[in-house]
Amino acid sequence: MPITEKPVLQVKHLTVRYGKGCPLCGEHLEKNRCTVCGTVWAANDISLEVYPGEVLGIVGESGSGKSTMMQSLYFDLQPTSGEAFLSDYHEGTKNIWDASAAEKRTIKNCIMGMVYQNPVMGLRMEYSAASNIAEKLIAAGNREAGAMTERAKELLSAVEILTSRMGEAPKHFSGGMQQRVQISKALANNPAILLLDEVTTGLDLSVQAKVLDLIRRIKAEYGISILLVSHDHAVIRMLADRTIVMLDGKIIESGLTDQILEDPQQAYTQQLVHSLL
Amino acid sequence: MSILEIQHLTKNFFLHNANREVHSCKDVNFSLEEGEFLGIVGRSGAGKSTILKCIHRTYLPTEGEMLYHSTAFGKISLVSASEREILYLRRSEIGYVSQFLNIMPRTTAKEHVMNALTEIGCDKQRAEQQAKEMLSYFQLPENLWDLYPNTFSGGERLRLNLAHTMVKQPRLMLLDEPTASLDDKSKLLVRDMLIRLKNENTSIIGIFHDLNFMDGLCDRVYNISEGVMEG
Repeated sequence: MPITEKPVLQVKHLTVRYGKGCPLCGEHLEKNRCTVCGTVWAANDISLEVYPGEVLGIVGESGSGKSTMMQSLYFDLQPTSGEAFLSDYHEGTKNIWDASAAEKRTIKNCIMGMVYQNPVMGLRMEYSAASNIAEKLIAAGNREAGAMTERAKELLSAVEILTSRMGEAPKHFSGGMQQRVQISKALANNPAILLLDEVTTGLDLSVQAKVLDLIRRIKAEYGISILLVSHDHAVIRMLADRTIVMLDGKIIESGLTDQILEDPQQAYTQQLVHSLL
Repeated sequence: MSILEIQHLTKNFFLHNANREVHSCKDVNFSLEEGEFLGIVGRSGAGKSTILKCIHRTYLPTEGEMLYHSTAFGKISLVSASEREILYLRRSEIGYVSQFLNIMPRTTAKEHVMNALTEIGCDKQRAEQQAKEMLSYFQLPENLWDLYPNTFSGGERLRLNLAHTMVKQPRLMLLDEPTASLDDKSKLLVRDMLIRLKNENTSIIGIFHDLNFMDGLCDRVYNISEGVMEG
């Protein structure tokens, strides 16, 4: 019985470059910056696949290109080159970065969900928690107020936000609550893939535990594939099936999560793992 | 029929910061029959855990071959199997138990065992039923089932680990010094359970320090010295 599942997401040769580049760029990089022309290669030839129901962890130091990749996938920035395919978009045959503006909105609202490290980027802080969710539902074509209210209640309950507070604006919530509202908003239209960018950073331990528990439940109960960026190796160990390691805009190593953490092959990965307290 | 064949397995670790290679196990050869219990002994640092971690693919072997006879894939090389295939085998056929408990925060003992089933698609009701049966089987007191295991004793954690692994009914169990921190009474309980697993045709490779514990339990015992396996 060979494993024949097709990837939910396939990224091929993603490159995000700031600067014009020059013929010598590839050979004269100091970290991710060309010493000849000054071009910065924020993401450099990244290829990866995410399969149904799996969590793919992404680790690497600040500036290694993790968030650049996530923001490219969520159309927050346009890559210089590369292709990405989603199984739910033209059955994985059309590059999402070639999609029309309307198609990109559909992908963002219905196929992918994004949770940013900073909730300000993912939530409208002045609107109520329920309105934040309704915004997503409306963007997906829902118009029936009663049904949207019920869906908002269901989603907020799932992330342990009291439904009695669904009318309040997230700016009055704690950081952990804002993060959970953001997750519920991202889940509004049952996306096939969830992009989580440092979602537990800056939260205290008990709140972190709630968010981790929530991510585990999303994986187990909804079967959603997750791309999980985290600096916290304990989080990666707990949640990720496979992990990739990034450095200077490139993927330098990938493997099963426990193998990456216990038998890292590359010098940088060994340094990263041995830096743990 | 053999379920696992290990041929010329060698594992070295290259430490980049020291620019040095550490040799762990060297040219290890053995096979494991279905329903057989193979014990591995040797002093600390001899390379015993390395062998199990290579089979589990937590470590990448440097040289050699490891052939596993899978229900799903037939004969498969654990060296060259894809990550997806290894993940499948870990979920469904190969269990690994150590003395350490790796658990999600805010997860009760019962949920921990249930999670092993729900992640392979079992519905919640059936998972709960089977989790309860497995926790009873491993004699974890019922009043602990709905508690978080942070405060459990070493013996209770081990029984929870075994329940978590065995609820999936793996064909091959890898036991990495699971009894290291247990008192004699708890060891006896674990020993009885391992005999029951063996009688149910589970193939087992176990590392133990206590030779008395292994007496009468293992079909064969290998000694590892300086990374080399002696018969």
